[in-house]
Amino acid sequence: MIEIKNLHKSYKMGSNSLHVLKGINFSVEEGELVAIMGSSGSGKSTLLNILGMLDGADSGEYNLDNVPIKDLNETKAAQYRNKFLGFVFQSFNLINYKNAMENVALPLYYQKVNRKERQEKSLKYLDQVGLKEWATHLPSELSGGQKQRVAIARAMAAEPKVLLADEPTGALDSKTSYEVMDLIQKINDEGNTILVVTHEPDIAEMCKRIVHLKDGVIVEDKKVEQVRAEQYV
Amino acid sequence: MFNRDRWKEILEVLTSNWFRTILTAFGVFWGILILIILLAAGKGLENGIKQDFNGVATNTMFMWTQNTTMAYQGLPEGRRFNFKLEDVDLLRQKVPELKIISPRNSLRSPSGVDNVIYGTETGSYRIFGDYPEILQQNPMYVAKGRFINHNDIREKRKVVVIGDGIRKDLYKEDEEVLGTYLKISGVNFMVVGTYKEKTSNGGNQDSERQIYAPFTSFSQAFNRADNVGWMALTAKNGKSISKLTDKIIGTVKQSRKVHPDDERAIGFFDLFRQYNRVETLFSAMRWIAIIVGTLVLISGVIGISNIMLIVVKERTKEIGIRRALGENPWSIKKQILMESIFLTIISGMTGIITGSLFIYGVNALLDNVGPVDMFLNPSVSVGVVALALTILILSGLLAGFIPAQSAIKVKPIDALRTE
Repeated sequence: MIEIKNLHKSYKMGSNSLHVLKGINFSVEEGELVAIMGSSGSGKSTLLNILGMLDGADSGEYNLDNVPIKDLNETKAAQYRNKFLGFVFQSFNLINYKNAMENVALPLYYQKVNRKERQEKSLKYLDQVGLKEWATHLPSELSGGQKQRVAIARAMAAEPKVLLADEPTGALDSKTSYEVMDLIQKINDEGNTILVVTHEPDIAEMCKRIVHLKDGVIVEDKKVEQVRAEQYV
Repeated sequence: MFNRDRWKEILEVLTSNWFRTILTAFGVFWGILILIILLAAGKGLENGIKQDFNGVATNTMFMWTQNTTMAYQGLPEGRRFNFKLEDVDLLRQKVPELKIISPRNSLRSPSGVDNVIYGTETGSYRIFGDYPEILQQNPMYVAKGRFINHNDIREKRKVVVIGDGIRKDLYKEDEEVLGTYLKISGVNFMVVGTYKEKTSNGGNQDSERQIYAPFTSFSQAFNRADNVGWMALTAKNGKSISKLTDKIIGTVKQSRKVHPDDERAIGFFDLFRQYNRVETLFSAMRWIAIIVGTLVLISGVIGISNIMLIVVKERTKEIGIRRALGENPWSIKKQILMESIFLTIISGMTGIITGSLFIYGVNALLDNVGPVDMFLNPSVSVGVVALALTILILSGLLAGFIPAQSAIKVKPIDALRTE
């Protein structure tokens, strides 16, 4: 599903440049649930941004579902993001003047799905994350866990190839974290490919594979026995 | 463009901060209001002034004789002279571009002495001996009876047409005027008609206190022989009287033996040039109104541009989210532009409507209070309103352009990082 070869990325900070990713080689099969771990500054978020086409790499190859991702202009990138990727952010990033259902329907709107179908689909996904009754509530009326579940529903609504989660539990207490991870595991059980960036070991343990990043290189890549989050909920 | 969700969003954004939106809109509202009121005021003044030219063939000049100031061909300076009837024929021959030539003699009583008597009533008025064509050159119309005609001229009938003012002075309210006789400087004339001025903008009462008699009978009654004191000359359509002036004056100077360089012997008034001067003045005024109005409008538009920049800044993160979700940059740009155009048009339309109501109110007031000197029927044309709308749409586009550009300039990743 994802294939990365020799990926480099550096940031210019005034006169000196910061080499963040120093040759990453990495591939993800369909249906995997991968945790990307590392301390802050290890380059894990940068990697996720490049995978999410929010940022461009300096050099290296990136294939997503056998489509080479390179030389994208903004319009093309937006199109690919919409078609291939779902995003879940640490700070939820819901649009605060739109209610839960409208937030979930956004990616569908960009796909030019008609209004009625959009509503049906977004209600279906809200139902999947258990928030159907909250459909008409604004983000400000939801708890952190609920917001993240709406964000997950939104990411899933476009039926992306890959779900990218950047510290999805970073702003939640542990109980809600496990609820969210439970949801992510269930989505993965249905065969969706998911990448989770985290620095919390217990969250990483709930994935099927852990990739450790340190100073811009992969230092460890291992399959693990998945800990089900259900038991903590 | 006619997308329900897009409009919903535009309204959501603009109504999220009512106070700010209204303040911003006020700038454009004010600009267009001032533009419209200025244009309407200019138009009102223009209408008021032009009313004085109403019904007059503006392609007309008037000329009369004064005293010579230069000796010529053995004749002394300071000589008094008159045009002669033969000059009229000479002008018809030499200046074929003229459509109407109306020679006139006039009689004015020495100040304070009543020269017109009707029964026991008397009055002091100006009396003209005129040709029927004068009706086309003066802003007046026949109110009752008829005007003098060519039969009167040919048969030297002693008939007169009097102004409505004279009727009021000398006759009782419902007294029959036609067929009565006036004694004018000792000669009886029968009244065959009354006339009124086309411009009834008050004040100008004297122009309705004049008496028109046939030229020939006037000359005979008051011993003018073949003298002519005054002429009104109108050029044919498409010919400019101003360009003929020199030729006309030159012709009569020669036939009256006036020195060609004697500037003061013949007085004249070029109505067309005067009219043109007024035209020029008003077109200049119109331009000033447009420029001032547009400048005020521009400051309103800058206000909108400014607020849109702030809106974009506030929504940087939201724009980042949208782009992460796959909205294409053009769609974002379009959104910002439409918000800006929508705000501009709504506030502009409010301005136009308020301006129109204001003008309507002023008109109603003018109708009630009665005519005001030199001000009549202020209005703006549909063309101007259409132009204002076009300017609004363009300026809305312009106002939104920079903010829209800055909205898509930020990379989605940077936008997302903004807190």
